Amino acid sequence: MNAPALSLTGITCTFVSRDDRGQRYTAVRDVTLDVAPGEFVSVVGPTGCGKSTLLNVAAGLLEPSAGTIHVFGEPLAGINGRAGYMFQSEALMPWRTARGNVMAGLEFHGLDPQVAGARADEWLKRVGLGGFGDRYPHQLSGGMRKRTSLAQTLVLDPDIILMDEPFSALDIQTRQLMENEVLDLWAAKRKAVLFITHDLDEAIAMSDRVVVLSAGPASHPIGEFVIDLPRPRDVAEVRITPRFIELHRAIWDVMREEVLKGYAQQKLAA
Amino acid sequence: MWNFIRPRAGTLRVWQALVLVVIFVFWWAMTTPGLIPPLMFENDRQAAFFFGEPIKIFARIWDWFVADRDIYGHLWVTLLETVLAFLLGTVAGLVIGMWLALSPIAAAIFDPYIKAMNSMPRVILAPIFAVWFGLGIASKVALGFTLVFFIVFFNVYQGVKEVSPTVLANARMLGAGRNQLLRHVYLPSATSWVFSSLHTSVGLAFVGAVVGEYLGSSRGVGYLILQAEGMFDINTVMAGILVLTAFALVLDWVVGRAESHLMRWQPRAGETEKL
Repeated sequence: MNAPALSLTGITCTFVSRDDRGQRYTAVRDVTLDVAPGEFVSVVGPTGCGKSTLLNVAAGLLEPSAGTIHVFGEPLAGINGRAGYMFQSEALMPWRTARGNVMAGLEFHGLDPQVAGARADEWLKRVGLGGFGDRYPHQLSGGMRKRTSLAQTLVLDPDIILMDEPFSALDIQTRQLMENEVLDLWAAKRKAVLFITHDLDEAIAMSDRVVVLSAGPASHPIGEFVIDLPRPRDVAEVRITPRFIELHRAIWDVMREEVLKGYAQQKLAA
Repeated sequence: MWNFIRPRAGTLRVWQALVLVVIFVFWWAMTTPGLIPPLMFENDRQAAFFFGEPIKIFARIWDWFVADRDIYGHLWVTLLETVLAFLLGTVAGLVIGMWLALSPIAAAIFDPYIKAMNSMPRVILAPIFAVWFGLGIASKVALGFTLVFFIVFFNVYQGVKEVSPTVLANARMLGAGRNQLLRHVYLPSATSWVFSSLHTSVGLAFVGAVVGEYLGSSRGVGYLILQAEGMFDINTVMAGILVLTAFALVLDWVVGRAESHLMRWQPRAGETEKL
């Protein structure tokens, strides 16, 4: 019963270049990470450190070179059916309306279209898109598309929610609104969340625990911080509390060197 | 006065019509026997013999459509051939395009043959099709099919290859199995590419039908032209060409309507309906 919702053990991912078998790139090395049921865990790290790789492994989209994944105690094979995944880039099907997109998962699971439609409407309303169900993704703004993605993921009521920098493309105001919305929805359902971000503020404001990854290649966790800020939180207000600033400083001390390393590597590559 | 009629957006149609009128008046003036002295020909009837006379051509068209009403059967045959060639070519192109795009090994095996068949001038197949399928509509449909198939095939192949990996991964995370991915992700993406080539493929189906008729048939507008040509009846040939042109324009308009209905999910440049 006490098995973690998601448990990554000794995950290593090495990519081999298709053109040149000798060229390999190890994105993450020996990562061990647990997410308890109902826990909100953020992974932060410099750009290009293999955060998304880790998430794809947890989702079952990518098979690791080494290591094991357990979902509620069961070893994972294939797609992680208990997880919902919110992607960083546009993932909505452009040929479906917002409503059609939210319904999609329910349809794939063989639900009656009428029931699925009703549930999709309910979720669209919940994310504030009540009147926009018949619009196609290109007719929605970036923030509205993200809300649709959120509804699309959550309508399936997954036990684990994986989020890959879901709000990185949004402006700061929309972003804070969305962060608060996600926190509210999470507080109501208490699902396990694995949240990837490069934004330390966002990570601290939302999470129970923050894991810091080193710069790539072969990134691995180099620090773990329990965020003991009281809930419910408002992401904008919590940023100015003394405890937040204290935590921010502590984590940034660990992160700064890695960020500089990652930056130097990118400059070298360019 | 000039300000009122000068070319601008409002008078565009008038000017377009004027161009047509000028062309026909010029044609009429150059070909009517005895109107102007022959410039290029030995006698004043030769221009009419080679180029036809607009008035007689319109009389011919009038006979076909109103007086004798005998062209509808031929038009119907040509339309049927076009539609059948388009539908069969599209379905085959869709199925085989999706199959090859989703199984790279099969694609690699067939790649040289597909390239070879595509670069072959397929109009040359028309006589063979006439031998195989007879002079009825089947041989024309076969010719149109070979023209349409490759357009659709390459577009579908491209469409499936260019499905956004994120959309694909998202659909898989939402629980789509292999068949559901085919139906809800690959097929819509591929058909969007098919629709974007709709004008070309309908046009080619039409070309296949008319060329097939022209090379040997017993019905259809191409057959009318072939027959008239055999009797050096240039007026009827020209009338047939005009009817085919008008027909192609109507077809293109219908396709345009269908396209804008089916592609309404695609963003258009300059569309600003964001809220």
